[in-house]
Amino acid sequence: MTHPGDITRRQLMRRIAMTALAAGPGAGLLAACATAGTGAGAPLASPAASLPASANPANPFGVDAAKPLEVVIFSGGYGDAYARTVHEELYKKEFPGVTIKHTATQEIGTQLRPRLIGGDAPDVINNSGPKSMDLAALAAEGHLADLAPLFDAPSIDDPARKVRDTVTPAVLDNALVTGKDLVLNYTVSHRALWYNAKLFAAKGWKVPETWQEFTALGETAKGEGVLLFAYPGQKGPYYQLWNVLYTAAKIGGNQVILDIDNLVDNAWTAGPMKRAVTVWAEVQATYGDKAYFGLDHTQTQIKQLQNKVLFYPVGSWVENEMAKDTPEDFEYAIAPIPEVTGSDAMPYGAIQVGVGENFVVAAKGRNPQGGLEYLRLMLSKEGARRFTELTKNVTVVNGAAEGVDLPAGLKSAARAQDRAGQNIITEARFEGWYKELFDYGTEQINVVMAGRITPDEFCARMQKKADDVKKDDSVTKQTRNR
Amino acid sequence: MERLRTYGFVAGFLAVPLTLYTVFVISPYAQAFQLSLTNWNGYSSIVQYVGLDNFGRLLTDEVFWRALRNHGLLLLVLPLVTIVIALFLAFLLNLGGGTRGDGMRGVWGSAFYRVVFFFPQVLAVAVVGVLFQAVYRPDEDGVVNGVLARFGLEPVGWLIEPDLALWSIIAVMVWQGVGFYVVLFSAGMAAIPKDYFEAAALDGAGRVRLFFSITLPLLRDTVRVGWIYLGIAAFDGFALVQVLAGDKGEPDRATTILPITIYNTAFSYQKVGYASAMGVALFFLTVTFAVLTLRTTGRERVEP
Repeated sequence: MTHPGDITRRQLMRRIAMTALAAGPGAGLLAACATAGTGAGAPLASPAASLPASANPANPFGVDAAKPLEVVIFSGGYGDAYARTVHEELYKKEFPGVTIKHTATQEIGTQLRPRLIGGDAPDVINNSGPKSMDLAALAAEGHLADLAPLFDAPSIDDPARKVRDTVTPAVLDNALVTGKDLVLNYTVSHRALWYNAKLFAAKGWKVPETWQEFTALGETAKGEGVLLFAYPGQKGPYYQLWNVLYTAAKIGGNQVILDIDNLVDNAWTAGPMKRAVTVWAEVQATYGDKAYFGLDHTQTQIKQLQNKVLFYPVGSWVENEMAKDTPEDFEYAIAPIPEVTGSDAMPYGAIQVGVGENFVVAAKGRNPQGGLEYLRLMLSKEGARRFTELTKNVTVVNGAAEGVDLPAGLKSAARAQDRAGQNIITEARFEGWYKELFDYGTEQINVVMAGRITPDEFCARMQKKADDVKKDDSVTKQTRNR
Repeated sequence: MERLRTYGFVAGFLAVPLTLYTVFVISPYAQAFQLSLTNWNGYSSIVQYVGLDNFGRLLTDEVFWRALRNHGLLLLVLPLVTIVIALFLAFLLNLGGGTRGDGMRGVWGSAFYRVVFFFPQVLAVAVVGVLFQAVYRPDEDGVVNGVLARFGLEPVGWLIEPDLALWSIIAVMVWQGVGFYVVLFSAGMAAIPKDYFEAAALDGAGRVRLFFSITLPLLRDTVRVGWIYLGIAAFDGFALVQVLAGDKGEPDRATTILPITIYNTAFSYQKVGYASAMGVALFFLTVTFAVLTLRTTGRERVEP
């Protein structure tokens, strides 16, 4: 996902960089140097270049072993060691003597946008982080290689099976950018509420399954000076926006999120959405603390490690993110969102399971075949297993984490997923599609949670913004039906 | 021939800086003006001209107006408060000790204070931001709120209350800026001949009278320069707002300013054309401010 670990450090670095760049009235002019090579001329013909598949199952894309490969990794919560020490080594083993240029950066867009426009694209790009690039815009210019040949290629571990049959199906749904398979999501994460299993065991508390049990536990906790729930109002308000969206999906089914993503009229003012905002705003008002509106995700997570907060809305990466600071008596575990209405569309146990961490291959790079092969190696069992060992995060490759000693939180997430069965809450894709709408949402969620507007006003404001985006011709529209 | 040689000599020196300036300063500005007339998204290979549409959209853009209002407030408060405090401190440091021995002196220990006042100026803006995050932290772990908690007061959300956030940030800007203006005004005061003060003091003028009748009128030019610097600073504040309030000018855009809005519009929302239009607007605002200030304060120098 785009929000692994040390955002604080990453953002600080980016802000320091910005200080140098954006001083004063020149700020708006930063982008200006880019017009030089543009101007007249037809847009590039094919939106995505397809590469012919070769017959050789050992080298399905016909990689030229002599051609160097360039890999750019977003160095966030997962670091970049997994690429350097695992995937690139696998590539070198397959093509002995090949040179790989490895770059790790936290400024994907800043560094790569000019290179792509200027025709100097690296082959494999880990498009992630706050500076990630707009994939729809890149696709429209034909910068992204079609990944369909990758999904149809024989897998490394069993040439009789295609790659598409070795990964979790969400990968294929999420590969689509404006209707083509252009992006590989590599990691799987589980999002719901996270709590300290050891604390609950010590106190004899039961994980609340209904909203009444949830608020009753809130009263108990309040008596002990503990908050039932908190989210980081600084830098991490999107955790709560997700949480509210997932709650709405639990109440009204995934269609609620699909409608919002598809910019359907009045999607935001639908009953389940209003209900979800209302119940969470009440929880914040009754069992929350307004100080958290000014704390960032790390500060809030530390508070949870100190048992000052019971439930925290986040994804499974939090366990690895906080691994260094987690005390002995703390064990992360996932709790599904409690039953809200008693007749929610999804039964108790539904959690969000999503894929994330985008990888794309540049269509106009020097070695797109090598790029596809690199992704195929990433999707091998060895590549995936060793990624999990290094980062403590699960990949989209089926069964690749078997035998790996996973930490307790990930195990609890896996159990929760088994229990949820078909009741998997979908992710909201407008986060990537319509950044302006998502950013507005992360801002307004703080406003409604702080009680400065009512849930109805929140829904009305979001709807108005969604309508504006819908009307804006300069924004590429995308749709989904599952 | 002689003239040609002279000009050739001068031009030889100017060629390099002029080229650099044109390439790195003039041409980006010109390109921003050009881009502001397009709907370019930062990736597209075709740039479509849309005339003045972007500027039309600005007129109805709520966030843009919010940013302008914040700049207005900054423009009023930041220079005024900074200059008043800096003048007061500079006066104390240089002349506040009254006449002793061979001339005017500052208060006792003024050499030490001068260094202390200048400290914040030495810190990078990002460091100041991180520092004040800790100072303003909204729970009792915050520096200010920790003190308040000792007196049994409720913690204050310095940066999370929409009515308070911008003022908290202005306070940081003042804190950081004052040191520089103390030094600037001190230099100005040092240039005032001591005889004036001595003569006035002999005539029985007190310190307040000295300040308003002699120091301030003779410092007019320096104060004006300070005012323009601070006015331009009021159009910036990008890094401080980013670090302290968040990258959208939270809460509720109460602290949003044009550079922040421009940055998000261009690089998060991929509307480079529209962002350039905002940049052009900011350019004209800054220029207008500087010209107005110079015109309105550009009276005859006061000759004593």
